[in-house]
Amino acid sequence: MVLSKAVPSSSHDASLDCTFASRYVRDPLPRFKLPEESIPKEAAYQVINDELMLDGNPRLNLASFVTTWMEPECDKLIMAALNKNYVDMDEYPITTELQNRCVNMIAHLFNAPIGEEETAVGVGTVGSSEAIMLAGLAFKRKWQNKRKTEGMPYDKPNIVTGANVQVCWEKFARYFEVDLKEVKLKEGYYVMDPEKAVAMVDENTICVAAILGSTLTGEFEDVKKLNELLTEKNKETGWDVPIHVDAASGGFIAPFLYKDLVWDFRLPLVKSINVSGHKYGLVYAGVGWVVWRSKEDLPDELVFHINYLGADQPTFTLNFSKGSSQIIAQYYQFIRLGFEGYKNIIENCMENAKVLRQGLEQTGKFNIVSKEVGVPLVAFALKDRTYYTVFDISENLRRFGWIVPAYTMPADAQHIAVLRVVVREDFSRSLAERLVSDIHKVVQELDEQVKHVTKVVTTQVDITARGGGTDGALVHKSEQEIAEEVITYWKKLVSHKKTSGVC
Amino acid sequence: MVLSKTASESDVSIHSTFASRYVRASLPRFRMPENSIPKEAAYQIINDELMLDGNPRLNLASFVTTWMEPECDKLMMAAVNKNYVDMDEYPVTTELQNRCVNMIAHLFNAPLGESETAVGVGTVGSSEAIMLAGLAFKRKWQNKRKEQGLPYDKPNIVTGANVQVCWEKFARYFEVELKEVKLSEGYYVMDPEKAVQMVDENTICVAAILGSTLNGEFEDVKLLNDLLTKKNAETGWDTPIHVDAASGGFIAPFLYPELEWDFRLPLVKSINVSGHKYGLVYAGIGWCIWRTKEDLPEELIFHINYLGADQPTFTLNFSKGSSQVIAQYYQLIRLGFEGYKNIMENCQENAMVLKEGLEKTGRFNIVSKDNGVPLVAFSLKDNSRHDEFEVSEFLRRFGWIVPAYTMPPDAQNITVLRVVIREDFSRTLAERLVLDIQKVLHELDVMPSKKDIDIQKTKSVAAAWKRFVEDKKKTNGIC
Repeated sequence: MVLSKAVPSSSHDASLDCTFASRYVRDPLPRFKLPEESIPKEAAYQVINDELMLDGNPRLNLASFVTTWMEPECDKLIMAALNKNYVDMDEYPITTELQNRCVNMIAHLFNAPIGEEETAVGVGTVGSSEAIMLAGLAFKRKWQNKRKTEGMPYDKPNIVTGANVQVCWEKFARYFEVDLKEVKLKEGYYVMDPEKAVAMVDENTICVAAILGSTLTGEFEDVKKLNELLTEKNKETGWDVPIHVDAASGGFIAPFLYKDLVWDFRLPLVKSINVSGHKYGLVYAGVGWVVWRSKEDLPDELVFHINYLGADQPTFTLNFSKGSSQIIAQYYQFIRLGFEGYKNIIENCMENAKVLRQGLEQTGKFNIVSKEVGVPLVAFALKDRTYYTVFDISENLRRFGWIVPAYTMPADAQHIAVLRVVVREDFSRSLAERLVSDIHKVVQELDEQVKHVTKVVTTQVDITARGGGTDGALVHKSEQEIAEEVITYWKKLVSHKKTSGVC
Repeated sequence: MVLSKTASESDVSIHSTFASRYVRASLPRFRMPENSIPKEAAYQIINDELMLDGNPRLNLASFVTTWMEPECDKLMMAAVNKNYVDMDEYPVTTELQNRCVNMIAHLFNAPLGESETAVGVGTVGSSEAIMLAGLAFKRKWQNKRKEQGLPYDKPNIVTGANVQVCWEKFARYFEVELKEVKLSEGYYVMDPEKAVQMVDENTICVAAILGSTLNGEFEDVKLLNDLLTKKNAETGWDTPIHVDAASGGFIAPFLYPELEWDFRLPLVKSINVSGHKYGLVYAGIGWCIWRTKEDLPEELIFHINYLGADQPTFTLNFSKGSSQVIAQYYQLIRLGFEGYKNIMENCQENAMVLKEGLEKTGRFNIVSKDNGVPLVAFSLKDNSRHDEFEVSEFLRRFGWIVPAYTMPPDAQNITVLRVVIREDFSRTLAERLVLDIQKVLHELDVMPSKKDIDIQKTKSVAAAWKRFVEDKKKTNGIC
């Protein structure tokens, strides 16, 4: 009999292994040191992709204003531009031109006083943080120059804003050595009070910053009133203090929904405005814009002139090399949507915000803190905070997949805590209805839990009361005392979760 | 007879883009258009106009990466809608950034214990990284001077005149004086001796460059460290060093591991490197690493509390995309040490091929050194009839973008052409470039030089050329 022998293959080619059969998914992923050897690209891709599955789903992240969905055609353009370094103005003149067109379109949207042939003064940035730093730098330098010519001290510049400012203003103040004078909020009034702001202005104030679309409640500050009061004060004092409008969220909402609201360059004291392209400009994270009223408002000494084969290209940015994708995407949105497109989208957002607001009001458990006029978001607080807080609701909503952040208000309203849902372009009505029903569920669950725990704790207290103190005597607790103990127990549970600081 | 009539009443939306009216209408430039247009038309119009941009891969002026593997492109596209700053919502992305910081810190020999985490941050590029590092130095110096009761209003920084423009930006925007060590013909980097001489009590740091923008040279950081240590011992000023390793940071550890330039030198307190240069990631990522916690003043760090752990942040930008951070991590684990080494060795090889090809023409002086960033900087031996700017312009016609620059003071009379060898510049491309440069030289040889024109036309022609060339004179605003 012939015995057939199966000769095993001499060498196993590791590259034939399917990724999940290979050793790469057995080895721990490098964390602190660069690994010695290379690994196949499929393995690298799979390993990273899989770990990233544990990140939150961007589209269910209701905490952020930043765009999370764009049309596939735009994705194609973004992909194609990934390897273009935006700062190479000479090599990529079209991309540079697209940036300039965006600046002009935005300047006109904000009613900048430019003539027919004039080009607007502005720049594309990585976001509103960079935009605000550039605007602040311009104000600081202008003020310093003015004080130098007057022979006055210029070492203590300050800026007046509301306590509701986004953290980038605090960064600007700290990094560029400008004093931040904040107008405190109070319960029921969560934006900067123009009268208090103007009262705080002094000779060292480089500008007053108003917010169009407060991060916390979406409200628009009354820039017109601020302009009037500040004009009066300027006349009395001769200080000539200007205004900057932080329109990070509101800049792409007010022109489409509230055309009659006067907040932009139509007000003479407004010298610069910033807006985030990646919020309601409807572009992915990574683009912002700052526009100045006129050339005079941007000191030339801050502008770097780079000469590349031809025209002089003035630049004023903090970042140098960066990708071109978001600039191209912004231009795509401008010409794709046009005025009517943006208007329709924002109107839809407002409608869906209304649906959400009404759904929440119907539960009877919430106070709506945000206003109807403003950025399409809904900020709401619990009517009754004795047994659980908004932080508990936020945590429980996570189980359903929703990311809804809870924050405490800044000074002097720190006792108010709210949940905030931002309604972005891709938050449809069906999602709004589903969110309302999930919030219902969470609240019901928490109510059930309270009843259950109250029973348990009360029973404990009861047993202790009946079981006795040290001398065996009966200790009777009144209902009031029992209630107080339960509350203290719950308070301890929730107090460690209070935080502040909101994006 | 029945006449059939085809009325073109078809729905406008079924028109092929190039049949529609959208390619007839002029594109909006200054004002937002009133109406929307179909997405296909928007895509096509923009795509077509962008065809007139240069080809990124033939852009030999830039160090910034222009090619990545398709698997990485997939990861980037998937992450384009993730806002990097939402650390709480995207904890894994945040973790990947931290891993990159640690890997790079170890690569630079930061003095960390086994379980210690590195101090560093991901930025949008070396510009932001340098501003953060400079801010840290400035604040440390101010605090020290306040304690000593000495004036702290005139901080300065000592660098070479060959610094990239972001140092000038830092100086101008953050009100720090820039004291530049001038170059000289044949010596195009910062002289450590002259630098140390310029240090005074107001100097917040001395900045050395590993991989000078103009000719790729590595500055002698070790010598600077030795000289500065001596001066510090004499004066008691404790002046630190920052190394701008934007290009060199991902080259020296792989090609020149014995070169001491990083945290092995005690005075080096922070280092920046561009992830988007030889870190091999697309534009938009840089890294700044500090030696220890003490080198980063706590008052500059913002603490943001989001539902749980405290997340300290120190960046100028807030919201930005996550794609490049994920791509950097991909490259670090995909390539590993051997992968990066192989790629840098290939770049070095191809740079040699280009250099030898140019030397063989007999028409060029090579200005760059062999040791350094893989690039070739060269100038014409004889530029009396035609200069480097003309060579650069003629090369454009072949599709190559090769920039020409004048050196900064005091070597402004030297003009160079510079070719950066990136990962995707293969040997065939190097050989083709040499051929095309030879063609350009032949063309220029037969072209009349500006000086051969007869006297009567000299004035008008000279004026015309002057304007033409003046506009092209490159300044030191180079990337």
